[in-house]
Amino acid sequence: MISLAGRDILHSWGKFVLTGIGLGLLIGVTLSMAGIYRGMVDDAQALLDNSGADLWVVQQDTQGPYAESSSLRDDVVRSVLGLPGVARAANVTYLTMQVRQSQGQGEARDGQEVRAMIVGFEPGQPGEPGYLVAGRHITRSHYEAVVDVRTGFALGERIRIRRHDYTVVGLTRRMVSSGGDPMVFIPLKDAQEAQFLKDNDAILNDRARTAANPALNRPGVPGLLEAIQASQAANHNVNTVLVQVQPGVPAESVAEPIRRWKHLEAYTRAQMEEILIAKLIATSARQIAMFLVILAVVSAAIVAFIIYTMTLGKIREIAVLKLIGTRNRTIAGMILQQALGLGLIGFIVGKVAATLWAPIFPKYVLLEPGDAVRGLVAVMLICALASTLAIRAALKVDPAAAIGG
Amino acid sequence: MIDAGIRIEGLRKRYGEGDTAVDALKDVNMTVAPGEVVGLIGPSGSGKSTLLKCLGAVIEPTAGRMILGGQTIYDDGWKIPDLRALRRDSIGFVFQAPYLIPFLDVTDNVALLPMLAGRSNDEARARALELLVALDVGHRAKAQPSELSGGEQQRVSIARALANQPPVILADEPTAPLDSERALAVVRILNQMATQFHTAIIVVTHDEKIIPTFKRIYHIRDGRTEEEVGQGLSL
Repeated sequence: MISLAGRDILHSWGKFVLTGIGLGLLIGVTLSMAGIYRGMVDDAQALLDNSGADLWVVQQDTQGPYAESSSLRDDVVRSVLGLPGVARAANVTYLTMQVRQSQGQGEARDGQEVRAMIVGFEPGQPGEPGYLVAGRHITRSHYEAVVDVRTGFALGERIRIRRHDYTVVGLTRRMVSSGGDPMVFIPLKDAQEAQFLKDNDAILNDRARTAANPALNRPGVPGLLEAIQASQAANHNVNTVLVQVQPGVPAESVAEPIRRWKHLEAYTRAQMEEILIAKLIATSARQIAMFLVILAVVSAAIVAFIIYTMTLGKIREIAVLKLIGTRNRTIAGMILQQALGLGLIGFIVGKVAATLWAPIFPKYVLLEPGDAVRGLVAVMLICALASTLAIRAALKVDPAAAIGG
Repeated sequence: MIDAGIRIEGLRKRYGEGDTAVDALKDVNMTVAPGEVVGLIGPSGSGKSTLLKCLGAVIEPTAGRMILGGQTIYDDGWKIPDLRALRRDSIGFVFQAPYLIPFLDVTDNVALLPMLAGRSNDEARARALELLVALDVGHRAKAQPSELSGGEQQRVSIARALANQPPVILADEPTAPLDSERALAVVRILNQMATQFHTAIIVVTHDEKIIPTFKRIYHIRDGRTEEEVGQGLSL
């Protein structure tokens, strides 16, 4: 038996392909939405992977450093290092801000701004970028930076963070915040200053207030005022302490005494993943899920409408087919196959389109093969469901309609 | 008595019930022998289409008896169980417009019926080609229906009607869209096919050009048939 659906598709392939392309672009948007969600999850996991930590020690009663702000004294790291089972621990700061290219660095990108997460780290310690694609690691104590390639900055360029210029000495890849912003790594001391630095007017104002306070400005105690003013301008806080535990030691066994005795919060990798994925990007995930549902309904409506219209255009042929003895299931099969064919064309177009436009998105779009398979199954189910309307209309056709009068 | 062909006795068809009931067929009696072509003529609303639909097994009569190809298909409330298979295997249809399936080529339009009846694609296509050659459209076997002239399309539709070698062909105004020459050619073909394949053919028509060609004609008026001897002009 010949394939009636196949012959019909071949006969009007232009109409079919154009319709498939239209549907495919819609499916491409759907796949991209799923890819955006996967990209967010992957960004979050990349953030955790790149930190190289087994434990995150943060301010008590917070879910920092990524989901909430967290502030710790920078000497906490020393007491953490003394705990049994800890292999390495290091202070890290995170600050999301606009990073500018310094003026005078070429005409085309002069003054370009990039939203980035500034990471202050101690070279050679947890928190350092894992690998470089170009350049070198930071070797100086101040004013050098390693940047993610997505910032668009090049080796040797100078970038401005707050009041200081930094030279880009290394490039890294896939170092992004949970929000997908590329990272800029700078020395911890510089990052602490950048994070808590007041402007000059505020510093002058604070100094004047302190000097005007007779309790702090005692002529009989030389050096007191300077010491107080210096402590006001300095910052000894960090956002988290990243901890690597010794091989074979469960992270939770180190986390538990930190919570109990240090009055701090400590999160294991699994707990941090839960915070990032289930809490930080949960709203975005629900938003995307809503879009996916709406797009699925719209796709189903479009397929149903197209197949229904195409079927109505063949009512006379269907009546003739029924009159000459074609089984209902053959006619239903023809319509179903056309709907599935349309879905398949749409899916192929959608997959190609999503793959082509994914790199253009400002944030990471991760198109997973598993999602593509699930998408194909969903498209086929939607098309099968959508064809029922047309099949019902076709089965209602009276073969007597082929006979005039 | 006839062994095959068409035999109808006291056929009645009523639409609706009670006060709104309409008797479309009141007392139809007909016989068409195998190899015979008869005309069925009558004014609009006389019941031609209803009779054709009853004969085509797409609507059920209210009473009477119908025998097609020696097989009783309706007898006072009893009907053959598989009407779809009956239409496929025992009745050929030729319509006013050819109604070829636009997405199948000429060969497959004809071969579709044998395929539906379970014959292999090769066998069905061989049969189709044989008929197309017999109807002088073999050279258009690979063409699409839209590429054929009106006369060619009608010949293909006759080939389709003959594809499963049915004992009965019902032709509904088959010459309506054709000029005199082509209309007579179609009737000539129908007569040839009736003789060659031993098929009983009823031609429903208003076409004055072809009415004189029938040897027997049934007039249908107000749901009743009357038999009349036709001129039987030679084609």
